[in-house]
Amino acid sequence: MDDAELRSAVIAELRTIAPEVDGDEIRDDRPLRRQVDLDSLDWLNFLIGLHQRLAVEIPEADYAQLVTVDDLVGYLKARV
Amino acid sequence: MRQSMIRKTVDQLRVVPNLTDYEGERSRFSWAEARSELEDLPRGGFNIAHNAVTRHARGPLRDHVAFRFLSGDSASTLTYGDLEAATNRFANVLAGLGVGRDDVVFVLAGRIPELYLAVLGSLKNGTLVSPLFAAFGPDPIATRMNLGSGTVLVTTTELYERKVAPIRSQVPSLRHVLIVPEAGEPLPAGTSDLTALMAASSDSFDIVATRPQDPALLHFTSGTTGMPKGAVHVHEAVVTHWSTGKYALDLHHDDVYWCTADPGWVTGISYGLIAPLVHGVTSVVDESDFDPERWYGILADQQVSVWYTAPTAIRMLMKAGAELATARPLPDLRLIASVGEPLNPEAVWWGQEVLGLPIHDNWWQTETGGIMIGNTPAFDIKPGSMGRPLPGVEAAIAVRTDDGGIRLLGDATEGELVLRKGWPSMFRGYLNNPDRYAACFVGDWYFTGDLAERDSDGYFWFVGRADDLIKSAGHLIGPFEVESVLMSHPAVAEAGVIGKPDEVAGQVVKAFVSLRQGFTADDALRMDILAHARRKLGATVAPKEVAFLDTLPRTRSGKIMRRLLRARELGLPEGDTSTLEGGGS
Repeated sequence: MDDAELRSAVIAELRTIAPEVDGDEIRDDRPLRRQVDLDSLDWLNFLIGLHQRLAVEIPEADYAQLVTVDDLVGYLKARV
Repeated sequence: MRQSMIRKTVDQLRVVPNLTDYEGERSRFSWAEARSELEDLPRGGFNIAHNAVTRHARGPLRDHVAFRFLSGDSASTLTYGDLEAATNRFANVLAGLGVGRDDVVFVLAGRIPELYLAVLGSLKNGTLVSPLFAAFGPDPIATRMNLGSGTVLVTTTELYERKVAPIRSQVPSLRHVLIVPEAGEPLPAGTSDLTALMAASSDSFDIVATRPQDPALLHFTSGTTGMPKGAVHVHEAVVTHWSTGKYALDLHHDDVYWCTADPGWVTGISYGLIAPLVHGVTSVVDESDFDPERWYGILADQQVSVWYTAPTAIRMLMKAGAELATARPLPDLRLIASVGEPLNPEAVWWGQEVLGLPIHDNWWQTETGGIMIGNTPAFDIKPGSMGRPLPGVEAAIAVRTDDGGIRLLGDATEGELVLRKGWPSMFRGYLNNPDRYAACFVGDWYFTGDLAERDSDGYFWFVGRADDLIKSAGHLIGPFEVESVLMSHPAVAEAGVIGKPDEVAGQVVKAFVSLRQGFTADDALRMDILAHARRKLGATVAPKEVAFLDTLPRTRSGKIMRRLLRARELGLPEGDTSTLEGGGS
């Protein structure tokens, strides 16, 4: 998967939790949780959803480094 | 092997607890004596901020660190002396704007220093101050600011633009919006730069001569029906914060204390702000979102000794696994306490077995202003129990009688948890709603709305809510507020909202909706309704699940029977359905 496809997958998963999100309005280099209202449960479910959607293991110890869409795409790209 | 009781070890009690003689301390205790451990204002009057800040800034704690603010990889500290100067500046900003004792200041921000300064500065200025949760959507924010007739709002550029600008015209009382600007971002139109205003203000201020019974804090809490209720707390409440910080959190002068609660809720104010300052300890505040590895890092790096957190966070840490929990030793940590919703026994045991410290659950609510019942460090813990009443607190189990009286119940009998009036942080009213306030009391007893039991050892056990309020991740959510927003979606004919059990959050909000003619129940519509609710209510209050029903069960008088929705969701017996429309006979 290339970056654009991974970004689409990230946004699609995000929209299952927060369907109000418009993917075009998300700035990829800024913390996602400062742009979208996600509580701790939403965030957990989002990362679990990404794991299931892309069959990528995301250990909890890595959660801290996943802050922006860019972070997520880079992380997933190395593992898909 | 797990017993029914956790007994404390010598190592766990290496610091002698403040409360070691439970019966003796309870019998000797008086609120007047607790009050005498605090200070009046030099020229008369009594003020929370004087006892939290000024008293220390003028004494030996002047250079002691009051707050360590962590944000991402950076950290900053404020000593008690710094805090005195900065809160004086904020109070002078208010005074300069003509904001006084008839005004209400709302604060809406993450865990940034300015929020804490604004709350304390408002208290110094004698102005009622009300925190809003930064995860609220625009609707709950507008509702609360209107109920409180807010005149000043302190917030950030980002929150203002996302959540306040869209509803500002709906809040006519709002005169001043004070923004904590982000570097390089332009200030939104119609707002003022708080940082600049503070820099231009004097750092000395004479605290307004508030009386002990003057309103200080306004905390909104959800109602089963109708709008949220604004619980008013007075300056004297600090006496409870002092005594509970001493007994339940066991604060000692050299503690490093971390309360993880957000100051948008009562815990984050009573115990994230006031109690630690009144005790003169160093508090850690982390602005970042929950993350297991980060949290363990904070406990280790900051050498936290007393940690007050919440069941949802604990259960998320449990999910993150024991390996992460034990990766770094936590030699300084000596007490873990929890509040928000009942802590399940497994979580109490997890603390004992993985962290080497059991978790001390305690119980209180917005209306009580401070901890009332708790497991305390010197005593055995019964996992799953909320503990025993603290000194100064008289708790009982009771029912309301048909003639409007009260009947106290014995041990091992389920009833409503009641508290005898008279503790200093008891709420003194629901703002502009004396009838709802009066309905909470029978004689000398306050009815908490929580069902509980007391065992023969005097430990209290939570059973459930007496009403339809939902407890999700420690937040009390009123179904009516959620249903009202759902009903404002064009496709929704009726809505009923319940708390669905969740292993992490305790409960999550689940909505049942029926549709108007011409709409089809499909996934696209479900997502559209969810998006609508989240946009208006914010992530914390909005449903996590939306389900379609052809019709919702109603009573013959037309009220949605949430109890029945809940029973069906859980597969429980439906109970008495004789009042169900079309049911019984």
